[in-house]
Amino acid sequence: MTQREALQQQAEQRQQVLDAFSHHLLVCAGLGCLHNDEIIKALRKEIAAQGLEQQILVRKAGCMGLCALGPLVLVLPDAVYYQTVTPQDAGEIVAALGKEPVQRLLLPADLPFFSKQQKKVLALSGRIDPENIDDYLAAGGYASAVNAITAMSPPEILRIVGESGLRGRGGAGYPTGLKWATVAQAAGERKYLICNADEGDPGAFMDRSVLESTPHAVLEGMLIAAYAVGAHTGFIYVRAEYPLAVKRLQLAIREAERNRLLGQGVCGTSFDFTVQLRLGAGAFVCGEETALIESIEGRRGTPRPKPPYPAENGLWGSPTLINNVETYANIPLIIARGAAWFAAQGTEQSKGTKVFALTGRIKHAGLVEVPMGMTLREIVFEIGGGIPDGHAFKAVQTGGPSGGCIPAEHLDAPISYESLSALGSIMGSGGMIVMDDTSNMVDIVKYFMEFCMEESCGKCVPCRVGTAQIHSLLQKFCDRQASADDLAALETLCDLVKTTSLCGLGQSAPNPVLSTLKYFRQEYLDRMADPSGPHQEGQL
Amino acid sequence: MKKLRFATLWLDGCSGCHMSLLDLDQRLLDLADMVDFVYSPLVDVKIFPEGVDVACVEGAVSSAEDEEKLRMVRRRTGLLIALGDCAVTGNIPAMRNVLGGQKILQGVYLEREHLNAQIPASHLPALNEHALPLHRFVPVDFFIPGCPPSADTLFAALGALVAGRAVDLPALTRFGA
Amino acid sequence: MTPIPPHPPETAQTLNLTINGRQVSAQAGETILEAARANDIFIPTLCFLEGLSAQGSCRLCMVEIAGSAKLHPACVTRIQEGMEVTTETERLRDYRRNIIELLFSERNHVCAVCVASGHCELQDLASELGVDHISFPCRYPTLAVDASHRRFVLDHNRCILCTRCVRVCAEIEGAHTWDVKNRGIRSLIMADFDAPWGDSETCTGCGKCVHVCPTGALFEKGLAVAEMRKQRPALPTLVANRATEQR
Repeated sequence: MTQREALQQQAEQRQQVLDAFSHHLLVCAGLGCLHNDEIIKALRKEIAAQGLEQQILVRKAGCMGLCALGPLVLVLPDAVYYQTVTPQDAGEIVAALGKEPVQRLLLPADLPFFSKQQKKVLALSGRIDPENIDDYLAAGGYASAVNAITAMSPPEILRIVGESGLRGRGGAGYPTGLKWATVAQAAGERKYLICNADEGDPGAFMDRSVLESTPHAVLEGMLIAAYAVGAHTGFIYVRAEYPLAVKRLQLAIREAERNRLLGQGVCGTSFDFTVQLRLGAGAFVCGEETALIESIEGRRGTPRPKPPYPAENGLWGSPTLINNVETYANIPLIIARGAAWFAAQGTEQSKGTKVFALTGRIKHAGLVEVPMGMTLREIVFEIGGGIPDGHAFKAVQTGGPSGGCIPAEHLDAPISYESLSALGSIMGSGGMIVMDDTSNMVDIVKYFMEFCMEESCGKCVPCRVGTAQIHSLLQKFCDRQASADDLAALETLCDLVKTTSLCGLGQSAPNPVLSTLKYFRQEYLDRMADPSGPHQEGQL
Repeated sequence: MKKLRFATLWLDGCSGCHMSLLDLDQRLLDLADMVDFVYSPLVDVKIFPEGVDVACVEGAVSSAEDEEKLRMVRRRTGLLIALGDCAVTGNIPAMRNVLGGQKILQGVYLEREHLNAQIPASHLPALNEHALPLHRFVPVDFFIPGCPPSADTLFAALGALVAGRAVDLPALTRFGA
Repeated sequence: MTPIPPHPPETAQTLNLTINGRQVSAQAGETILEAARANDIFIPTLCFLEGLSAQGSCRLCMVEIAGSAKLHPACVTRIQEGMEVTTETERLRDYRRNIIELLFSERNHVCAVCVASGHCELQDLASELGVDHISFPCRYPTLAVDASHRRFVLDHNRCILCTRCVRVCAEIEGAHTWDVKNRGIRSLIMADFDAPWGDSETCTGCGKCVHVCPTGALFEKGLAVAEMRKQRPALPTLVANRATEQR
């Protein structure tokens, strides 16, 4: 029996096991959903008490997305969601199986939060046990990788990824196919693969959720990429602040190795690929690819000047493919369904779907996946359910601490790399923070500038000193001590830091200030000591 | 040609910049041909007059009194020149800024004095927390760095200003020169 | 601190480019800064020092390249055939002045009482670029002076974090006594694992760091104001000799 057939058999066996149960209870077991362990225990206890172990299977699952109402429990095959479940609800939930659902806990079946989303990357998230490779196999997992490695040539894969139009999900939106082709063509005996899982944006948890929910999908994407570019060693650089993601990745790597999907001779071929974890020590700048590489090499995590780009000169000087978690998670889907399927979703320039972490002043905070091109209004008001407590929408910040704040008048802008950039913001990795009329933009911007100042590595002068100077200027606005000269100095410094900084951290750090100066300038003017007086500085 | 009304002011500095002015020696007479000294620590006038054309201010702003004087000078003067590093950057007086006003007073008057240690308070202007350059308070039209700027620098710079000529100051002086 | 990859060896391909409208030629693999300096075209630098790895961190050598909206650091940008480089524009001068002013505002630079006054690259550049005052408020951080070494002093008040000392110690002396601790505005040069310099177990006392330091942050004991003249070690020669030995 070939490795391929063995995996096939393993998947079928698991499916048979799963099919034997009349009902499945899937409990969201992400880091953010508290007490999920107790819920699982309570459900199992209840089922055992009623002697239904052969009929009902309780499984832990990845994130189901609606974090604001978590922990969620999904009942299959009924596809009923229960919200804010507690261990005390176990009896009622089990009793209702096959009958009328528990109305008290029921989420409306037609909730736009679920119906408006198009889950592709997140399709298995919340539907399978992330700690069980057989669950992933039974859901069709690793079929793409096995197919790619045993039946496709690297150039064929490069062509498909190129044609799909997939762009890097880490923020900058560089065409993935182009990056892969560069690494594949780069001269060098040794090539490396890196998965950037150092998600550090305040309010962002897309990558954490993908790693916690479907770690094998990320490994599968990496495996296909490694085969396509000719890399034999891969690293996942993940934040140490994501203990559950780390644990599940460790487990997933072990299980994949045991099933000969990683290691020497993957799938019985002569292709070798090993994956190791590297834990980040809490520096935001290590999400920048060259700083991340320095950190893996054991050095202080500071960015290198580019060019040379990692694709030509990366880890230990070798050609290195570095992609974000979500980028890799898209790969198995593209290989399975084809470039045309992927390219049919999204906009002309931005294909596919994008995962966003919707947070802030919004009813249905959580993790959502939408096709590129959906408007901000649909995401905020339909999927997100709008602003709670009768407040009015004020702005949404996309792209993390260095994204721009987009006001209500641009809510109908479609989500894409180009449109967000045209609005003075960025796609970033997918953070989306909603602000309402109680938010003061200067305060918010000061918070983000403080973040950038604290997280600046200090290597280049404009970012190291400029962010600190911008922060003190913003403080003056908050203290109502600012003058017209301060406003001018703020604009000068933002331009300097944006234009001359060494890496993306500094280059994008002024975005919140610049976008709010554009859309909410009056809030700055309102906070000046005397808008007409040229010089009233006095003490620092 | 009507002579320019010229003034100098001495704030928190060592008076070295004024010494440089005196170092002009016989060129003081040339300067006197170009300007009228209407106020200066070097001349016997007690009140800073209205309608001054050019004022050179030496020293950093260290107290409420300095600040008040500077604002008054700014109101009564056409062209305000920051003269020397203390006025331009804060320089030596600003070295106390890392400690702050209260701490420096304690250090100087209490911790090092064993006999009747006290911080002098009566009839003295309150010390600001920081000693700062002039442009942190009022717009400054021209900066002449140097500690002190040399007599040659002053003569060249003032001569050019009076004559309305451009002057290549970086060629003449710099911070700490 | 990874050195930029070595020049492609002995291909010796000559490329033609223009710098400020002037036709110049240089070897493939050379940087814009090298090409400019070979043709006596001045580009201000602070972190760069010939013989050490270039790291492009001071951002003073940013130049414009025709066809690119971005600015490029001349010390780490390789020349290309037909490249049109501009090193002097009002915009570039403004950025450079701002960067110098940021450096002055960051710590406590008091030229009047500095051992390196008159021999300081920061002071020289301020003069060169016409920085006659610091438009940003100075931060006045409280910083230590490490005088624990028998012969040398490290004064953090005058340090601009160019990391020349770190690089010369790691790359030339091979001791790697110096490195940077903390991050962002709180970054500080440190010896070993944050030991007083005098207690360092790795420092060989060679003094190279002192002489590559562009300001008065590192100096020899016993010198008064303006007395610290830096004598740059012959780094390119050292590097070249070492390369010969290795072969």
